[in-house]
Amino acid sequence: MTQLALVIDLNVCVGCHACVTSCKEWNTSGWAGPLTDHRPYDKDPTGTFFNRVQTFEVGEFPRTETVHFPKSCLHCEEPPCVPVCPTGASYKREDNGVVLVDYDKCIGCKYCSWACPYGMRELDEHQKVMKKCTLCIDRIANDALPEAERKPACVLACPTSARLFGDVHDPDSEVSLAIRENGGYQLMPEWGTKPANHYLPRRKTRIQIFEDELERADNPLKKEAPLPAAEGETLDDVSF
Amino acid sequence: MHPAFSVIFLTTLIGVGQGLFLALVTGQVYSLANLLQPQDSVSFYAMGSALSLAFLAAGLFASFFHLGHPERAWRSAAKWRTSWLSREVIVLPVLMLFIALYGVVHYFGLTRPLFVIRGVISVDASLILGVLGAIAAFALYFCTAMIYASIKFIEEWHSPLTLINFTLFGLASGFMLAAAFSAWSGVDLVGFFGTWAVIFTFAAGISRWLSLRRNRHLVHKSSLQTAIGIRHNHIEQKSQGFMGGSFNTREFFHGASEGTMRLVYLFFLLAVFILPVLLLGASYWMASPYLPVAAFLMQYLGLMAERWYFFAEAKHPQNLYYQSMA
Repeated sequence: MTQLALVIDLNVCVGCHACVTSCKEWNTSGWAGPLTDHRPYDKDPTGTFFNRVQTFEVGEFPRTETVHFPKSCLHCEEPPCVPVCPTGASYKREDNGVVLVDYDKCIGCKYCSWACPYGMRELDEHQKVMKKCTLCIDRIANDALPEAERKPACVLACPTSARLFGDVHDPDSEVSLAIRENGGYQLMPEWGTKPANHYLPRRKTRIQIFEDELERADNPLKKEAPLPAAEGETLDDVSF
Repeated sequence: MHPAFSVIFLTTLIGVGQGLFLALVTGQVYSLANLLQPQDSVSFYAMGSALSLAFLAAGLFASFFHLGHPERAWRSAAKWRTSWLSREVIVLPVLMLFIALYGVVHYFGLTRPLFVIRGVISVDASLILGVLGAIAAFALYFCTAMIYASIKFIEEWHSPLTLINFTLFGLASGFMLAAAFSAWSGVDLVGFFGTWAVIFTFAAGISRWLSLRRNRHLVHKSSLQTAIGIRHNHIEQKSQGFMGGSFNTREFFHGASEGTMRLVYLFFLLAVFILPVLLLGASYWMASPYLPVAAFLMQYLGLMAERWYFFAEAKHPQNLYYQSMA
């Protein structure tokens, strides 16, 4: 079975919001649109978005780290929002595991948004139906597009390649590899929703160098110290 | 959670309607067992059924204001296999049908016994409909409460106490209305229904106190650490990704101050559990038709505050992502 998902690398994300704007641009005019705005040029502008980038500060000054956290539907493998829907408007696609909303069936009761612990669903103020990330289903399932473009708009827009897209059920896919080898994790694992999207943690690249690796014990350039007595060749002289 | 008045009206009004119908059936069963005087079919049972139907219809009407697309409401019966909301949507009209038939049977006096069990209990159409309706009424309490209790993420609601509370509050207010209706129409059942109303009010008081205590000591499963998956004791939100608010900040926050919460809390404790009982007690001495009506109105007002508090006290885990705008 295929389960398409995003893997978001928090180590790479710079918080530029390019994924947010490209998502809004593609989806407002695409299959899942419009993503309507309310008071866009006024006080307190608000509107429907499928994707947001939030920012958190971890640690206490001066030892702090800024973490940019892109937030969109996780396309859970056990989506709690689907069984609660009274009309069947909310569903999970059998063929690729994407969780979608049928706008023509949605009655706008908001019950699915209560049943999502992540707050990934938004009621459109104008269309009065529930909207959420579709993983750009009209791109990824569109055979008319060249294969390189059959990816969500946010993935294509990310300037730092912090967003990977693929099948997390295929053990050899890029995303599975990233999850496995770079410590990919799920959000709120305590609820058993099994989110398909994963996040890669912040990682520090450190090389371990010991003092004696920087300074050879028998360094001939160290004039202050007397040269070692003739003990024959040391290991450093013969290995290179 | 943000308390929506459509849902507050829906849950409280249908609770009263169900309770009143259950009170009528209880009265009929008592009179069958010769514990109470039999009442007039038309003026008591038929009018009582109409009153109960009116409350259920008002609740149903209120529920439409919660929907973005009320014209598609018929679709919501589709997923009864998985959704408690769908089940409620089915049980509510079924109950209304039973109550309507019960009222019609009483109105036209079609209460000739159909058969007699062991030569004592004479069963007529109204009794059969009454029992079926009573089952539907309890099923509806269960469905309504399960809409809230079944969401495991909202831990304040995810408890059997939610089911008990919804049922007992509905019964208390329904029997209170039955007492008020009896007093208003001059039927000598104020004491009977009033006693049950007080018993249910006290029972609801105990179960609500238990749930309030449970929620006060509740330790939530999720934290900011599990929400974004970073293990550090000190994480502070600097941006939500927007400045002007979103569905997430509107639907899941009540926005009321601590003081307002406290005020609503004290008001519902007083108006649901104490004042109606005092007013009913006073009517026992003063025999006024207005006091039980006042008792019901006071309790209903209190129940609206209680339901508001029920929503406001629930903390959704998604709120972890919307802690500060910074």
